[in-house]
Amino acid sequence: MSTLTKQTLSHLDWLEAEAIHILREVAGQCANPVLLFSGGKDSICLLRLAEKAFRPGRFPFPLMHIDTGHNYKEVTDFRDKRAAELGERLIVRSVEDSMARGTVVLKHPGESRNKHQSVTLLEAIEEFGFDACIGGARRDEEKARAKERIMSFRDEFGQWDPKNQRPELWNLYNARSHKGENIRAFPISNWTELDVWQYIQREQLELPSIYFAHTRPVVRKNGLLQPVTELTPARDGDVVEDVLVRFRTVGDITCTAPVESDADTVEKILAETATTTITERGATRMDDQTSEASMEQRKKEGYF
Amino acid sequence: MSALEHLPEIDNGLLRFLTCGSVDDGKSTLIGRLLFDTKTILADTLNAIEKTSAKRGMSAVDLSLLTDGLQAEREQGITIDVAYRYFSTGRRKYIIADAPGHEQYTRNMVTAASTANLAIILIDARKGVLTQTRRHSYLASLVGIPHLVVAVNKMDLVDYDQAVFERIKAEYLAFAAKLGIKDLRFIPISALEGDMIVDRGERLSWYDGPTLLDVLENAPAAHTEQAEDFRFPVQFVCRPQDSANPELHDYRGFMGRVESGEIAVGDAVTVLPSGASSRVKAIELGGERLPRAIHEQSVTLLLEDEIDISRGDLIVKSAEAPEPVKQIDATVCWLAETPLSPARTYLLRHTTREVKAKVARIDYRLDVNTLAQEETAGLAMNDIARVSLKLAQPIVADRYADNRATGAFIIIDESTNNTVGAGMIG
Repeated sequence: MSTLTKQTLSHLDWLEAEAIHILREVAGQCANPVLLFSGGKDSICLLRLAEKAFRPGRFPFPLMHIDTGHNYKEVTDFRDKRAAELGERLIVRSVEDSMARGTVVLKHPGESRNKHQSVTLLEAIEEFGFDACIGGARRDEEKARAKERIMSFRDEFGQWDPKNQRPELWNLYNARSHKGENIRAFPISNWTELDVWQYIQREQLELPSIYFAHTRPVVRKNGLLQPVTELTPARDGDVVEDVLVRFRTVGDITCTAPVESDADTVEKILAETATTTITERGATRMDDQTSEASMEQRKKEGYF
Repeated sequence: MSALEHLPEIDNGLLRFLTCGSVDDGKSTLIGRLLFDTKTILADTLNAIEKTSAKRGMSAVDLSLLTDGLQAEREQGITIDVAYRYFSTGRRKYIIADAPGHEQYTRNMVTAASTANLAIILIDARKGVLTQTRRHSYLASLVGIPHLVVAVNKMDLVDYDQAVFERIKAEYLAFAAKLGIKDLRFIPISALEGDMIVDRGERLSWYDGPTLLDVLENAPAAHTEQAEDFRFPVQFVCRPQDSANPELHDYRGFMGRVESGEIAVGDAVTVLPSGASSRVKAIELGGERLPRAIHEQSVTLLLEDEIDISRGDLIVKSAEAPEPVKQIDATVCWLAETPLSPARTYLLRHTTREVKAKVARIDYRLDVNTLAQEETAGLAMNDIARVSLKLAQPIVADRYADNRATGAFIIIDESTNNTVGAGMIG
């Protein structure tokens, strides 16, 4: 007698299979896609998924990073190394070039360049004629993302219109666009931070060192740890402490804060993530704290 | 105890479910309660909604704020789009599709239902079965959700009265008989107070069935428990001829997802619509060779013979090959503000294949509240109708009732590239 319950995939295998399917749909439907690779953990997972989806062939898309010029060296070094190991083409476009062109104008020299990545990204999309950008965004990261489609349509200005999204049914993705328009594809939409760390553990993926516990000078401000760097020096009256920290996300130096942690292995990070009491973006992204709706606002303006 | 012992042991797969209800049935509160009681809500999120609750002059924390997504919704105090939420219990990972209850957003309900294997239909104990309850139940059954849970909410507002629950249950069963739902359950709950959701509470002692979470934990994760035919739509063909490795010069990998059934090395397969046959030489996933692959697995198939196969083709087991068709009958839900025009040619996407399609005939439109059939010349947004379509090239399809992947299609308007319709064959 066979058992009544059908064999199904484990949750991690299911998420992996879904992501591979999405990557192959992008490759099958779009003429000129690109994968956004920052050296962060989510896009590191994307690269492994792309290997599973397309090897022994080459990736049917190049990798691209929009560099604010304010990234940790450990992360950009890792980015270059990983692309070289995979033998895939890496395009880097810089917010500083957009500033030189005059298309990005900072309100003041110290303003975070994070939101200005949108401009540089749109310029790169136009330069290369990309019709789809594959990104590592997840729906559990933030309220606005919870409603975003897996294949998310952007108009000529790169804008996301949350009220006018294409219906997305079954796994019949519609990645069609006219010239100048663009699709953002999110293969790990349905993953949580915990899923990402479990996948990193299972696949034994290498990460930039700053994801692991290390001692770093920081200043405590607004409940966040602000790293003291050349770009973000301590101000008069700041109390600088050496604290054992790790980064949970690795964005722009000026707006990414580490958390206190002694987790120096993936296993320990997993244990912390499973029991953590602060959401990922809440603990670490100064730019999301401005208002409850700030991510939605940036997405409408063409952010990932 | 080491920290690692706190790690969730998720091994019971992943369940996708849908929540639907009318305005003010307490859907957002229910989801908030599920997240809260399974300890999925984190400190900073809770802190933010505490502040908002206080700002709005509420005495207790409003759990429904957890699912309040977009700015426009916060302004209007309503939900306008499907949102996806995640939680895990240690046994299972869950994806909730939170579908809005408003009449004008029926298309979102169909969207959310298309990927769900279980639906929770919320009823306000004070109001009983409403028009929208019927609509949601019908749509859930139309989209083929195999497990349906009717949660009679706000029991706290009817003094946890068993008679109220029994009356609503009888009322629901009376109309649900014609829907043919395979697995139907009723649970009295109070999302606000937390009764019978994760914890049983003490005020519903007359109810001896499972809690809502018990039902979720034990529902089958697979869409169907029946054995299904093997269906493998080809997404992408891998031909690394230019590889430095000469062994790969003749490599032809057919990449796709096993949409249903399973396949093993050595199985006889047929490629449709061409009809060419071969055997499976190897099954690969990321450089690893597998002896077999099961439904929902993304793999690469290598065949023994050199056959011309491209994206859009369907690989099936030779003994289970369906016939290609150029005309289909389907139940279509119209999703766009621009009405369907019978004079126009649309693009139909079925599995990984796209073909041009035209309406041959609209048999009738269905009133989703009464299930009455009405004559109609066209379709407007949220209409559901029986439609016959002519196709420019053949597709290889199954009845939706037999196979959700090969029985479904979407309709695309090429002028805007928008997805304007969804269809179920059969």
